Amino acid sequence: MNVEAIKAIYFNEMRRTRKTLLQSIASPVISTVLYFVVFGSAIGSRIQSVDDVSYGLFIVPGLIMLSLLTQSISNASFGIFFLKFTGSIYEIMSAPVSFFEVVIGFVGAAATKSFIIGTIILATAGFFVELRIAHPFWMLFFLVTTCISFSLLGFIIGLWADNFEKLQLIPLLVITPLVFLGGSFYSVSMLPEFWQKVTLFNPVLYLISGFRWSFFEVSDVSVTVSLVMISVFLLTCLATVYFMFKTGYKLKQ
Amino acid sequence: MNLPQPPIISIRNLTKTYAAGEQVLKGIDLDIKQGEILALLGPNGAGKTTLISTICGLVRPTTGTITVGGHDIVKDYRQTRKLVGLVPQELTLGAFDVVVDTVRFSRGLFGLPPDHARVDEILNDLSLLDKKDSIVTRLSGGMKRRVLIAKALAHEPKILFLDEPTAGVDVELRKEMWALVEKLRLSGVTIILTTHYIEEAEEIADRVGVISDGRLLVIDEKQNLMNSLGKKQLVVDLRSPIEQLPESLAGFDVELSEDGYRITYTFDTQGDRTGITTLLQAVNNAGLVLKDLNTSQSSLEDIFVNLVHSDNER
Repeated sequence: MNVEAIKAIYFNEMRRTRKTLLQSIASPVISTVLYFVVFGSAIGSRIQSVDDVSYGLFIVPGLIMLSLLTQSISNASFGIFFLKFTGSIYEIMSAPVSFFEVVIGFVGAAATKSFIIGTIILATAGFFVELRIAHPFWMLFFLVTTCISFSLLGFIIGLWADNFEKLQLIPLLVITPLVFLGGSFYSVSMLPEFWQKVTLFNPVLYLISGFRWSFFEVSDVSVTVSLVMISVFLLTCLATVYFMFKTGYKLKQ
Repeated sequence: MNLPQPPIISIRNLTKTYAAGEQVLKGIDLDIKQGEILALLGPNGAGKTTLISTICGLVRPTTGTITVGGHDIVKDYRQTRKLVGLVPQELTLGAFDVVVDTVRFSRGLFGLPPDHARVDEILNDLSLLDKKDSIVTRLSGGMKRRVLIAKALAHEPKILFLDEPTAGVDVELRKEMWALVEKLRLSGVTIILTTHYIEEAEEIADRVGVISDGRLLVIDEKQNLMNSLGKKQLVVDLRSPIEQLPESLAGFDVELSEDGYRITYTFDTQGDRTGITTLLQAVNNAGLVLKDLNTSQSSLEDIFVNLVHSDNER
């Protein structure tokens, strides 16, 4: 195991993060504040509480997930995409590193950044609502697993994308709708019955539901199902990355 | 003392066909000696970059084997890649990296623990120490090239690949690069460089290999190639064509052109006697009337062009 290489990649990515720290933290914080002003205060004051949780508080887990998902994907995809874009990926390809080590370095760094952002959003939310976290351990578990899974997904997108448009495509066209329709701002039980069924095909629903359960002990689907789903998602991403490296997908001819 | 050392790189029957079906390497056999400077000469698209990319692990060989330091590049990639440093042709550097950071990164990537003093030493050797905190994108082309070399040397490799190190580089920088290569060789590094400047191969290489259309056409000590370089030709144009060479010319290295108008005599300028006078006398004795005389020196360039040209006609 080339531990030095993992460290080199991880800290190199973290250094890149540090350089863009202000914008990477400012933008999720600002958007969270905006969501709170619009949904929490302006609209939320007219919405009754959901499952005995005030609306402002109810949307906190969904808001964190929204940022977590988009940030994880954009961080991880940009890191590897940029190397391909500048051509400097040659160095990693010619280095004595395995696919596994490269993934740990890149995904680890992207997940770390997302985790930091998630924590900051949680703290920001604390200024607007009185937070309560019923199961801190599971909250942390969902937070960390989501950071890792979606950083992996971002890594895959970064490997797959060969231009900037493609890099934006999946986050914009797939992830954002899935998050919005995955119950970040509402309980699935509020939907008509037909759409409740459709929503069950949305993997993000299970994330948000499980995450929300760790806060308020209310959930749209059972926690066990949430845990299984996130594990399946994590494993699928791992398998995909493994396959991509084995075949040299878009990297090696 | 002069026991033959095993080659540091050994390539056997290497072919590469890209997914699009284009065969860029058509069976390369090559041994690279430890400590030598080998120049791979060839026109654009000859397969030079594919060849070194394959050795470095960027391209998968279609068939054939490559060993570096006795290890197979696919099976024992960790051992072989530690021995190898690659300086790519394009100036590929991350946009916002600081010089010293990117060199330290390279060292770590190749599995060596951080050693700031050693990295500074490498930067110093490349006259980059005063630029150590500069952002790479703000450096000039020549400086960027040096940063790439510093990155390739950061893990103290035994073999250094330089892909077109002086393409688009001005004369002064090119000379600097040559001096640098010489310095590296003195430190015991084996150097393989690709180039399409014959002058460059002449200047710094121990051996020169000519690649064209995916084949290694010739590989020889530079001195041997230089000897064939020393050949000169005397071209004699005749007023009227002859059917065959007169017997008086039989002892000379001469050729008659197809139309019978031209006799070409090849001689060695380094010999004591060129034989021109005797040849001309023999021509005169045979009763041939001259129209024109011309001498020309075949350069490595001509040899190269001829090799590549005759290869293309095959």
